[in-house]
Amino acid sequence: MKHRRQRNLVLTFIAAAASIFMFTQNASAQESQYFPVASSRVGPYSAMGTGYYGAQIDYMNYVNMNGGVNGVMLTWQECETEYNAVKTVECYQRLLEKDGQRIVVFDTLGTPGAYAVINRMAEDQVVLAQYGYGRTDAADGRVWPWVFNAASHYWSQIAVKMKFMAEQEGGIDKMKGKKIVHLHIDSAYGREPLPAMRKIAEDWGVTLVEISIPPPGLEQQSQWLQIRRENPDWVTFWGAGSGMNSTAMTNAARVGFPRERMIYVTFGAAEEDMYPAGDAAKGTYAMANALPGDQYPLVQRIKEQVYGSGKGNLADEKRVGSVYWNRGLGAAVMWVEALRIAQEMHNKVGKAVTGAEFRDGYEALNMTEERLGEIGVKGMVAPFAISCANHEGAGKFAMMQWDGTKFVQVTDWEAPLDPGFIRKLVEESAAKFASENNITPKQCS
Amino acid sequence: MRTQPVFMTFKKDDIINFVVLMTLAFIIIPMTVKTDYWYTSILIPWLCLSLAAIGQQIVMGYTGQLALGAAGFMAAGAFACFNLVLRVPDLPFVGALALSGLIAAAFGILFGLPSLRVRGIYLMVATLASQFFIIWMIDKFGWFKNYDTSGIITTQDIVIFGKSLTSPMEMFFVLVVIVTVLTLLAMNMARGSTGRRWMAVRDMDIAAESMGISLLRTKLQAFAISAFYCGVAGALFAFTYLKSLEPVAFDIKLSFKILFMVILGGLGTINGAFIGAAFILLFPVVLNTVGNNVFHGSIDATIISATEQVVFGVLIIVFMIYEPLGMAKLWDSIKQRLFGRNSKESEAPVDQADVGKQGS
Repeated sequence: MKHRRQRNLVLTFIAAAASIFMFTQNASAQESQYFPVASSRVGPYSAMGTGYYGAQIDYMNYVNMNGGVNGVMLTWQECETEYNAVKTVECYQRLLEKDGQRIVVFDTLGTPGAYAVINRMAEDQVVLAQYGYGRTDAADGRVWPWVFNAASHYWSQIAVKMKFMAEQEGGIDKMKGKKIVHLHIDSAYGREPLPAMRKIAEDWGVTLVEISIPPPGLEQQSQWLQIRRENPDWVTFWGAGSGMNSTAMTNAARVGFPRERMIYVTFGAAEEDMYPAGDAAKGTYAMANALPGDQYPLVQRIKEQVYGSGKGNLADEKRVGSVYWNRGLGAAVMWVEALRIAQEMHNKVGKAVTGAEFRDGYEALNMTEERLGEIGVKGMVAPFAISCANHEGAGKFAMMQWDGTKFVQVTDWEAPLDPGFIRKLVEESAAKFASENNITPKQCS
Repeated sequence: MRTQPVFMTFKKDDIINFVVLMTLAFIIIPMTVKTDYWYTSILIPWLCLSLAAIGQQIVMGYTGQLALGAAGFMAAGAFACFNLVLRVPDLPFVGALALSGLIAAAFGILFGLPSLRVRGIYLMVATLASQFFIIWMIDKFGWFKNYDTSGIITTQDIVIFGKSLTSPMEMFFVLVVIVTVLTLLAMNMARGSTGRRWMAVRDMDIAAESMGISLLRTKLQAFAISAFYCGVAGALFAFTYLKSLEPVAFDIKLSFKILFMVILGGLGTINGAFIGAAFILLFPVVLNTVGNNVFHGSIDATIISATEQVVFGVLIIVFMIYEPLGMAKLWDSIKQRLFGRNSKESEAPVDQADVGKQGS
């Protein structure tokens, strides 16, 4: 008996292992372009992963329903990363090629994952599209030709936040002597804005207090007691995951720190981060690089066509138009637009493009107000253009405030007070990286 | 006037095994496996983590010390290797690797000290300190990360004899050679007098002490050697697999994974480390691939992802119930039935209860 059981077990294993090789082939004569979906649907970051990657799949479905990109159909394959850098590397390798076609773009939706694959991009000829996360100095396209952080990076984000504070206080001169607490998760992502923040604080005469929370960040009592002692004028909160993000608000309520003085990072600025805190969340400020809402024409059309025909990726249709879903849509719109431009640039209209061709298309993105209007997302994202040297895009953010049930936009798309200064920091950091790694920066004419 | 032999004696079985494995690694795999995916995502991380599992095996499987914190030693080794390559330009890579192993070993001795006083589950808690302290130290002092603003640094290329090895297959060969050497050493130690002392301490430390075995020396030696293996594994993991370095990659989850590898693979066996590493590392990949290919489109992807985790958890439980001695034992019995040979292992697998006894 025991032997038979063991044999069955062995057979099960062999069967499972064999099925790796049996990829279901999408045999079709039609031209197609293959995209990877390195999703993170389980674990503490699932709200982010389901919304963001759900939107990308929904948009690709929508494009296919409307004839593809000049007739080129979009195909994709999914892989679960669990927001884990080690798994992201495995997923990247697994998704890299399918049916003889190589991916042209990769999107990890996580700074750790982005760093883990960033050095493979140039060699594999794949674009790393960091939508508002990841390596900041990749904004210097001369050192990082294959990496983009369009939809604006963390240094611009912190600069816009400090500009907002200054406006609230009545000018930069009023900021002197004020105190800001940067409350962050103790990881590279949490510390990413600090180089820019420290310099601005120094220039303005602001006291900056850095308080870190060890991951996963569900224990914050001692940090909030420290905040009560410090009694700061503002708190910039840099957390990750709904649990950590909502815990900060409930703790702030407990020590009586006004929520109207807290500004959340883009990765804490979603409905899923606010709901668990209940009333404690009311009044909290949060930053957006893609505004929520389902009033945009494209969102309406996706609801109608994709969800109408039961092909929607989200289990809960109500999340269409939420922050993370719209952010994923913003990212997917850029893929498809870059693909369209790449086809035109390289005389391949109606054909699949290579990674190098896609990169050229991505670098030539010019999302004017009119173009965004044509696509149907005017107002959802800031208009932007990417160039050979500048891979950041708009560098603009909008401030939102939680009113207890939804986010209300309080500012227009705002750039940092001194974008040149931020750019200088980016170039310095990129130059340091280039010299350490013997990279000759590309010439941008 | 014969002293204890330094090297273990080989049996015919050992030599056959060795030849088969080496043929597999150096001839069959390079000839049949052509895709980079298999090298970079399966074989390379598997070999690295197997090495770390051997380290855990030494301290837990052989010496019976419930230690948790292998990932901390891996981080120490990885960052030591980065800094050695960065700051000591003339040092060859293998030298840097050995030195980083030694640095990790120093930490191993330091965090092995509590084992002299506390036992079992309490020791596990005490050794957790290594995990948190090493990661904290690397995070706190910018020097370890060469003052990189982002905190995630890029590892250098592996340069051996003036040639930088960057292709997946080259790195695979580097790994195979290092892992082979270290595995042989580990087997040598485990079968020799060193291993006998470890096992004596594991089985009953008071009896071992009364036999004249120094507990202090044996335990610290096991911790040091274990940390050495973990350190080398960590450095290789960063240089060949991740190609980037950040403390978060070596978090407590990785320590637990290595612990599970050892338990599932079979405590007190070297091949158990390899089998356990393969299971823990590869099974989620298999499940995810199957989930995405077979059920693609028909079931909500979120449910597929969640189900994979459930299936994986259930499998671990099933294994522990039906084969508590681990997969190495399972493998042995399969081999026995296939070849009808009585493989008398000189390294007897430990009963789970033995490790548990230490805790009581």
